Amino acid sequence: MQPADTLLAATGISKHFGGLAALTKVSISVRRGEIFGLIGPNGAGKTTLFNVLTGIYAADAGELAFDGRPITGSKPHRVAQHGIARTFQNIRLFGGMTALENVMVGRHLRTRTGVLGAVLRTRGAATEERAIIQRAREFLDYCGLAARAASIARDLPYGDQRRLEIARALATEPKLLALDEPAAGMNATETATLRKLLERILGDGVTLLLIEHDMKLVMGLSHRVAVLDYGEKIAEGEPATVQRDPKVIAAYLGGSMA
Amino acid sequence: MIAMPSRWRWLAWTAVALLLLAAPFLIEATLGRAWVRIANVALLFIMLALGLNIVVGFAGLLDLGYIAFFAVGAYCYALLASPQHAMHWSFLVLLPLGAMVAAVFGILLGAPTLRLRGDYLAIVTLGFGEIIRVLLNNLNRPVNITNGPQGITLIDPLQIGGFSLAQTHSFAGLTFTALHSYYFVFLACAVLSIIISRRLEDSRIGRAWVAIREDELAAASMGINTRNMKLLAFAMGATFGGVAGGLFASFQGFISPESFHLIDSIMVLCMVVLGGMGNVAGVVLGAVLLTALPEALRYIGPLQQRWFGEVFIDPSDLRMLLFGLALVLMMLFRPAGIWPARRRTAENMTEKQHAAG
Repeated sequence: MQPADTLLAATGISKHFGGLAALTKVSISVRRGEIFGLIGPNGAGKTTLFNVLTGIYAADAGELAFDGRPITGSKPHRVAQHGIARTFQNIRLFGGMTALENVMVGRHLRTRTGVLGAVLRTRGAATEERAIIQRAREFLDYCGLAARAASIARDLPYGDQRRLEIARALATEPKLLALDEPAAGMNATETATLRKLLERILGDGVTLLLIEHDMKLVMGLSHRVAVLDYGEKIAEGEPATVQRDPKVIAAYLGGSMA
Repeated sequence: MIAMPSRWRWLAWTAVALLLLAAPFLIEATLGRAWVRIANVALLFIMLALGLNIVVGFAGLLDLGYIAFFAVGAYCYALLASPQHAMHWSFLVLLPLGAMVAAVFGILLGAPTLRLRGDYLAIVTLGFGEIIRVLLNNLNRPVNITNGPQGITLIDPLQIGGFSLAQTHSFAGLTFTALHSYYFVFLACAVLSIIISRRLEDSRIGRAWVAIREDELAAASMGINTRNMKLLAFAMGATFGGVAGGLFASFQGFISPESFHLIDSIMVLCMVVLGGMGNVAGVVLGAVLLTALPEALRYIGPLQQRWFGEVFIDPSDLRMLLFGLALVLMMLFRPAGIWPARRRTAENMTEKQHAAG
């Protein structure tokens, strides 16, 4: 693998919660322009790794580099500024806001207006505000939610809420979109729509990091996958190879098979 | 809101503006002088409630010590425009200074409490409010700065050159007493506070605050610097209190730590919550109602006299009882406030965009 290809490199990440080792020396590297799948049984540490990557947890040990720059220990908003956007396993929308406003919040990062501009309604602030609305509508439309713009986020159907989280994350114009179980709780139709959306996002040049339990989806979409078990990486590679790995089969079917 | 033709809306606003301008004279003619003073106090409370609304309503940070910023603004004005230190600075300097000093205190309160939320934050802010009051009460020894519990008297009124708002002026056939003049100054400041609140709410900053209120972790993950935004909310909220405090000091001519008790913080919080947290119009309504209601309840003494021929219950006892009852009923039947915040629909926003563009 050439270094230039690497968008996100996590090296030797460890994270403990009290006596529990949630992650032990996990290293992954996500290449620019690929879909990287992160799988493993429940409690394997996938979401913990996500939280470390996005600055929500500080790792006990290990290095993070994104787009050639070290981001170890960066706060969540700095990580977002660098170009990593994420969704959450248990949807975390701004429930009382409309779908459009949720996406408008995503534009915060790429806009400048401060208190003075807002209070004085300067020409620059007004122009920017119009642009925010315009762009937010585009992202809603992109995710197939144009008709939902005025709906209050918490009133949306489940599948729409998942897609709204993606729209909000895309509004930050990320280089890497990290999705924590985007298909969880979706029916077959919704999953198919999601799959099309993810392929489109990839086609538009955003790299995807994907935690997913839907094996058909993750194995079908991902270029490469890493498998976590008990906080350790037990396999990494192309889906077809990883699927045949005895350690992976053991992790999923139970220790006795190993 | 129901869509009105723009001409009618314009007409309605003109009517409201005329009514507000005529209000002190109308009130004096019908309800008496005392109610003009109450109207003035209501305008001050509108400013306070709008300031607290930024912290509590927009950013979702429960602040039980908000009156401290009012105190800081008031003392800032009183110390530098009274015989206490023989200084008589202009209000043109002192009001912005009061706002800035209050903002600094807002950040002083905000910085150590960044990680706290809900009840924990409420306890710390409550303590902060008390610290300020106790400090003002005791800063008279060994060096007398605040004159302690005796308070500061003979505070300068708002004045430019020889023109003082404390004197009675005649203009266009109308007589403007100090009460009237202050009414118009307070009205202007209250209107300005409303405009600032509305514009902040509808901006990138306001959305960031609401996002923090709704889900702080998600807000941070969207690239919002939650620390700075929370400090900004504390500072912005405090400036409203600081300016209102300065105006209060100049209006009363006398202040003491007694004016800045926990109950006053709670009163302002009640205005915000009862009116409709996060909704500027609701908060204004809450401030007006909660200023007027306790005053109106003073009339139950004379009413008993008229209806029953004697006063059964001391009005001052019954007043707060009824006031408390009103609060309880209000919260039972309208838990989100009299005029709850309803996030603006996208249609409204684009409509406004077209109107602006």
